[in-house]
Amino acid sequence: MTTTSVNPTPSTSPAGSAQPLLEIKDLEITFTTSSGPVKGVRSANLEVFPGETVAIVGESGSGKSTTAMAIAHLLAKNGSITGGQILFEGRDITHVSEKEIRVLRGDQVGLVPQDPMSNLNPMWKVGSQIRETLAANGVATGAEARKRTVQLLEEAGLSDAERRAEQYPHEFSGGMKQRALIAMGLAARPKLLVADEPTSALDVTVQQQILDHLDHLTGELGVAVLLITHDLGLAAERAQHLVVMYKGQVVESGPALELLQDPQHPYTKRLISAAPSLSSRRLVSAAQRAEVREQAQEQAQGHETALEAAADRTVEASHDPDAVIEVQNLTKSFPIRGKVPWRSTPFLAVDDVSFSLRRGTTTAIVGESGSGKSTVAQMVLKLLEPTSGRVLFEGQDVAGLGRRQLKALRRRVQPIFQNPYGTLDPMYSIYRTIEEPMRLHGIGDARSREAKVRDLLDKVALPAAMMRRYPNELSGGQRQRVAIARALSLDPEVVICDEAVSALDVLVQAQVLELLNDLQAELGLSYLFITHDLAVVRQIADSTLVMEKGKVVEQGTTDEVFHSPQQDYTRRLLAAIPGGSIPLAGSETIDVEAPVGLTDETGGEGDGGPDDIVDPFAQAGRV
Amino acid sequence: MRSDAQNARRPRAEHWVAPLAETPLQEVDAADTSTAPRSLWAEAGHSLIRNPVFVISALLILFVLFVAAFPQVFTGQDPRFGELGRANQAPGAEHPFGTSRQGYDIMARTFWGARTSVIIGFFAMIGSTLIGGTIGALAGYLGGWFDEVVSRITDIFFAVPLILGAIVVATRLGEMNLWTVILVLSVFGWTNIARIMRGAVISTKGQDYVTSSIALGASSPSVLLKHVIPNAIAPVIVTATVNLGVFIVAEATLSFLGVGLPTSAVSWGGDISDARDALRTQPSMLFYPSVALAVTVLSFIMLGDAVRDALDPKARKR
Repeated sequence: MTTTSVNPTPSTSPAGSAQPLLEIKDLEITFTTSSGPVKGVRSANLEVFPGETVAIVGESGSGKSTTAMAIAHLLAKNGSITGGQILFEGRDITHVSEKEIRVLRGDQVGLVPQDPMSNLNPMWKVGSQIRETLAANGVATGAEARKRTVQLLEEAGLSDAERRAEQYPHEFSGGMKQRALIAMGLAARPKLLVADEPTSALDVTVQQQILDHLDHLTGELGVAVLLITHDLGLAAERAQHLVVMYKGQVVESGPALELLQDPQHPYTKRLISAAPSLSSRRLVSAAQRAEVREQAQEQAQGHETALEAAADRTVEASHDPDAVIEVQNLTKSFPIRGKVPWRSTPFLAVDDVSFSLRRGTTTAIVGESGSGKSTVAQMVLKLLEPTSGRVLFEGQDVAGLGRRQLKALRRRVQPIFQNPYGTLDPMYSIYRTIEEPMRLHGIGDARSREAKVRDLLDKVALPAAMMRRYPNELSGGQRQRVAIARALSLDPEVVICDEAVSALDVLVQAQVLELLNDLQAELGLSYLFITHDLAVVRQIADSTLVMEKGKVVEQGTTDEVFHSPQQDYTRRLLAAIPGGSIPLAGSETIDVEAPVGLTDETGGEGDGGPDDIVDPFAQAGRV
Repeated sequence: MRSDAQNARRPRAEHWVAPLAETPLQEVDAADTSTAPRSLWAEAGHSLIRNPVFVISALLILFVLFVAAFPQVFTGQDPRFGELGRANQAPGAEHPFGTSRQGYDIMARTFWGARTSVIIGFFAMIGSTLIGGTIGALAGYLGGWFDEVVSRITDIFFAVPLILGAIVVATRLGEMNLWTVILVLSVFGWTNIARIMRGAVISTKGQDYVTSSIALGASSPSVLLKHVIPNAIAPVIVTATVNLGVFIVAEATLSFLGVGLPTSAVSWGGDISDARDALRTQPSMLFYPSVALAVTVLSFIMLGDAVRDALDPKARKR
């Protein structure tokens, strides 16, 4: 299918103006799969002029990476360019030989890959990997290459570059690895740098530093950047020109601000309204929320009388009657292997955390990786035992519960986890998955359970026909909705969402957040929401806790935290939300001045930079 | 953000929109209900049927199983009837494969021998999988000191070659029968199953669906049986299939060495052993049981390979 004639290719530039560095015309990429050929990209057009930054924005599967990889002929084995043209400096490189394209790679087109963790060879020193790039592109060899490597690493913002060049990748933090990869991408001074989601795997504050540095560096060297990202806010902040892709096609392109403020294509409109960083607000009005809480309290009273009969409860004097879950001075330390096997040093993953979750509301715990937020969730779920401190459920300490009482508690507190691919048992049909909790707790008979499963599927907006399907047939968002249905099957009062929407595409994420919010209003649920994404917090949470290195650094209502942050760390996090300061009709902007003096590598190993090498959670077996 | 000076490099910054007719908007995350539901196993089965290696090996195995069940369909001769008067005959009309030095009909012995091999291979496979699977699953799931102790015991058994261990036990036991051979092979052949089961269980028990089942209030044994083992069983099935072939070879080796089944039993290993001295005078005596053994073992190993391809999620195209 060719639509060449319909698409106005913006290629013919008026006389006298600059020639585009890269021009993609009507590109079509086909993948041969077991079920026949599939068009990954159709009639894609874009151009990059020397020195400018162009961003391709799209969801997973939109063909954005495929388009970028096609430039350097780095498509997967089953993919090939079946139509259109790629022009680099006016020269057609669509079908040139492998040898010619190799000259182009690195030398003219540099690449910064997505995942810094897997793109450096762990067996080689970082410096020698950069030297390899230099030698391959004929830039420098021997002692000169050695000198150049150190320069490049310095340029990429690594302090103590000489020593860093002699280190292995495992001695680098995620941000440092990405810096090394940027150094590698720019080693041969290419004219174009293709950056494929360069910071998606990194924490927001690190992301901001890396992108700032990349901006600065490419601006100084006059390198054009083709930035591939799923984050509209980030793209708008970093690029002058945006290209929006949807299902393999370019649906809209134009200057960044104009496109954001006056989107034309319905898909772009949808994307902008869903992007949490651009239009964040609590999802429902205050009046509705009050209603929700009343309803929840009524419901809870019914439960309470039932439970009181079953167990002798010792309600704490300090107990806030409004709180469904209260956490007091919670601390967890993990032993970390020391230099000798018999000696271990304790690591405080969670340090004296206290908060309360009020009935019918949402409390968010936000923090970067290693902040201990997930560990808190696991202790609340009683999957981990706290080292000290208490978790109170309706005023009752959960530590002293017997087996039967614990099972009753489990029924009322349900988790939803992050990974939509790991959260459902692949061997269980959707019906069995949602039914399992009811069967375990001996609720109802087969017929009433089936009716309940149908009802739950309806609640999460999935057709009842999905019941007979298996998780491998569902998309990530659908799996997450099944996980929600399963968590709700026991009519819990508290749902603990551990990064429940983090792995989803924006549109799907917005959909799931809305669903969670509607369910809260309908069923009077209380949510404990664990996330790294401040923008999501703003959409769903009533009160917010900011955690850093195991400690709560700031705590308050979501509005307080967002509008008048008291701590440097919170301000830094807020300032790092990509696109937060872009004015847009119908949304508030977050305009916080970031405190100066933040770096992700503070020099030596193990002295605790924001993303240091030591990952105590990985060592303890869970993150 | 970059300076505006760089913006000027683009000659005209037009705002282009694709015609909506060509880029129709679809529902966000729409549920696909057009195809029939299919479980992982159904999908694996579907890809198996289209794999020629699987089809060929499965047909061969079906044939071997049929022979083992009804050898009399293929030969009217009694495999235990030996008459020296008809010894060392070349293949002919009455004895299509010829006769052996003892005057046995080689064709009858080849067909009847399948039964011994299949029974031993099958039951030794079941026995070793039960022993190894249980030990491996418990070690992987419980972890801690139990895992340490059990893994070291597994290592000790692993260090003893299957055949060597079987020979030692067989010579101690003296006269063997079908069931003692199966027992000996099971006792020395479970270690690789245990190791694979342990590894698979360890990687499965960290999955979120296991954690959420625990958070639901499910008991440990029920989590292990309902969630962990069903998801960890695939590599074990593959190894067990390959093991079946290995056990058939092991039985033949034991019989060949004279420490396996008694000489009165009809077994390919015993027949191959008998044929050693007749290699020059009566090659068909060695040829037919060897081919039968090789084909049977090969088809089980091929089956294991095909099943591995089908069950390995990385190899399967989505």
